[in-house]
Amino acid sequence: MKIAIASGKGGTGKTTLATNLAHLLSQKFPVVLADLDVEEPNSGFFIKGEKIQEKKVFRMIPEWDQDKCVLCGNCQRVCKFNAVIKLGEEILVFNQLCHGCYACSELCPQNALPMTSYEVGKITEFRQNDLHFLEGRLNVGEEQAVPVIKETINFAEKKFAPGILRIFDAPPGTSCPVIEATKDVDYIILITEPTPFGLYDLKLAVEVMRELKKDFGIVINRHGIGNNDVIRYCKDERIPLIGKIPNMKTAAETYAKGGLLSETIPEIRNALEKIIDNLRTLEVLS
Amino acid sequence: MKIAFTTKGTDWDSPIDPRFGRTDYILMYDEDKDVLTAIDNTDISEVAHGAGPRTAQKLFEQKPDVLITGNGPGGNAARALQQGNIKIVTGAGTMTAKQAYDAYKDGKLKSRK
Amino acid sequence: MKEIVIISGKGGTGKTSITAAFAMLAGNNAVIADCDVDAADMHLLLEPDFSHAEDFYSGFKAVIDQQKCTKCGKCKQVCRFDAVQKNDDSYTVTPMDCEGCAYCAEVCPAAAIQMVEQNVGKWYISKIKSQTEMVHAKLGIGADNSGKLVAKVKKEAKNVALQTGKDLILVDGSPGIGCPVVSSLSGADYVILVTEPTLSGFHDMKRVFELIQNFHLSSGCIINKYDVNVEIAEKIHDFCETNSVDHIANIPYDETFTAAMTEGKTIIEFDDGNLTNILKDSWKKILLLTDSH
Repeated sequence: MKIAIASGKGGTGKTTLATNLAHLLSQKFPVVLADLDVEEPNSGFFIKGEKIQEKKVFRMIPEWDQDKCVLCGNCQRVCKFNAVIKLGEEILVFNQLCHGCYACSELCPQNALPMTSYEVGKITEFRQNDLHFLEGRLNVGEEQAVPVIKETINFAEKKFAPGILRIFDAPPGTSCPVIEATKDVDYIILITEPTPFGLYDLKLAVEVMRELKKDFGIVINRHGIGNNDVIRYCKDERIPLIGKIPNMKTAAETYAKGGLLSETIPEIRNALEKIIDNLRTLEVLS
Repeated sequence: MKIAFTTKGTDWDSPIDPRFGRTDYILMYDEDKDVLTAIDNTDISEVAHGAGPRTAQKLFEQKPDVLITGNGPGGNAARALQQGNIKIVTGAGTMTAKQAYDAYKDGKLKSRK
Repeated sequence: MKEIVIISGKGGTGKTSITAAFAMLAGNNAVIADCDVDAADMHLLLEPDFSHAEDFYSGFKAVIDQQKCTKCGKCKQVCRFDAVQKNDDSYTVTPMDCEGCAYCAEVCPAAAIQMVEQNVGKWYISKIKSQTEMVHAKLGIGADNSGKLVAKVKKEAKNVALQTGKDLILVDGSPGIGCPVVSSLSGADYVILVTEPTLSGFHDMKRVFELIQNFHLSSGCIINKYDVNVEIAEKIHDFCETNSVDHIANIPYDETFTAAMTEGKTIIEFDDGNLTNILKDSWKKILLLTDSH
């Protein structure tokens, strides 16, 4: 079983839910938690554990071979991303702009742009008892998150037994990274705040899930602030509301210093247990 | 000496465009001939990706000695400009091209390598 | 004309609520630009009238002309993104998987593949409740949130400011550290970082500060919810001092932000106490700092 935790907007409690839920469940059975918010991976502030291994993530980019090149400029013509530019007598490759389509390389009449691997990020594996934690991290300066997300998911697939529960902390937004992180999971939990901003961004996230034809439910974070519009929306749209995490300043304070809320705040632990019960009723968890 | 400016217009009174890659125009001043020419860059300001390298390429073809701009080019464009041995002068973001030229001549703008 | 850009790195720090408050304080002397492409929420507080709308095109996707296609399968063979599907006897492109690289179109022997520019949403010029103009956009899902939209919104905001003789552009910037935020920063006269004193807030702020440094921009910092962790707030304060970032204000944890948002109001309209005073003082400071840089 694979569950992703996502949200339309950043800062609504995605990482809080992913880390606390994974930690709590790992007290019952083994769990894999993968942080796929590779631009700003923050789950690691909350899950400490023994470091098992680190693996670099590479992707393929062309590398100019000056000796073979006849400066015909075909590479620059076929590149739609302006990643290959002919400047005078030189061909420059801009790694960050390259999407790895191989067109320049394979269509070069001189074979002067062979593809080589290029490091764009890394995956680190940690273990804390029955909680296996994977962190995907994009190097600063890189713009394309998808290859690192893909590799981290692959790692989670291959390294662990098929039956083990996998929880993904997805990136925010509604564009390619979140689609990559959610397209192959069995269930998605969308987390939101009960405010106008929260609701507006939730609706966008719901649109994505419907487009991907995914099974999903909603958790309200900071329940008690704002208004009841999110609850009404769930009813109107017949989307299961699977949990409400209460609004507490102590939660914000615990989060600030990297603490797990389920450990120290009983009200939040209860809310999480309820989410687990609801996931069982929905047959997402056994 | 040939001096290039990133600008929002085509004459000496045009404001400097503080951006490099998505500048509207490149203004070229040839000091020896005392000729000012404007190169339209609006086609590139509309591209989704890689505006920096494309503008750098356009600039490179003009073979300027100095580029006067606002904030300075980002990483990609800077790498391309290095190739052309073009001196980059920044901090002219709120001036007109004329003011920027005078400020440069008076040594009031920052150079960056 | 000056351009002030507000960014945060991490989501949920209160950036948009604070920007909307500044928009009200700037009155009709500023054009507002919403470049927060992932979560364009400022319209919920500023009541735009969507009076001028235009389609926005970005990115290309391959489309196979079934009439011309000879079913040679070359397109499927070269595609590195598994975007070409063979179904029974025809080849089609799955738009969501297509990167727009045009390799298939390049090698198609029958010239049956067209690269079609995508209509991904709309951008608007609106009048808002402070009687000024706001430029904003609404994108469809899965749209390429590249720097192109951000550049477009900023460019239009500049045009409006020139036409209406306004001195200031106030930009709600994009999140993260990728292409959209780079585009948001480009051309800024002054950058404001809104952060919160949490481990993740501080971490993300440092990542985005690297970009500000790359662009050699002057910047200031607002620490929102500073009392949630005074120790980290002090560390942020020290970081600002060491890196010549102006410290603009500390704002306490206050649920009035949410209460105001729930009524569709900015803090300035909703609260006449402490928060409004802090924001008014901050705005004065920001204008002075922007002028002096």
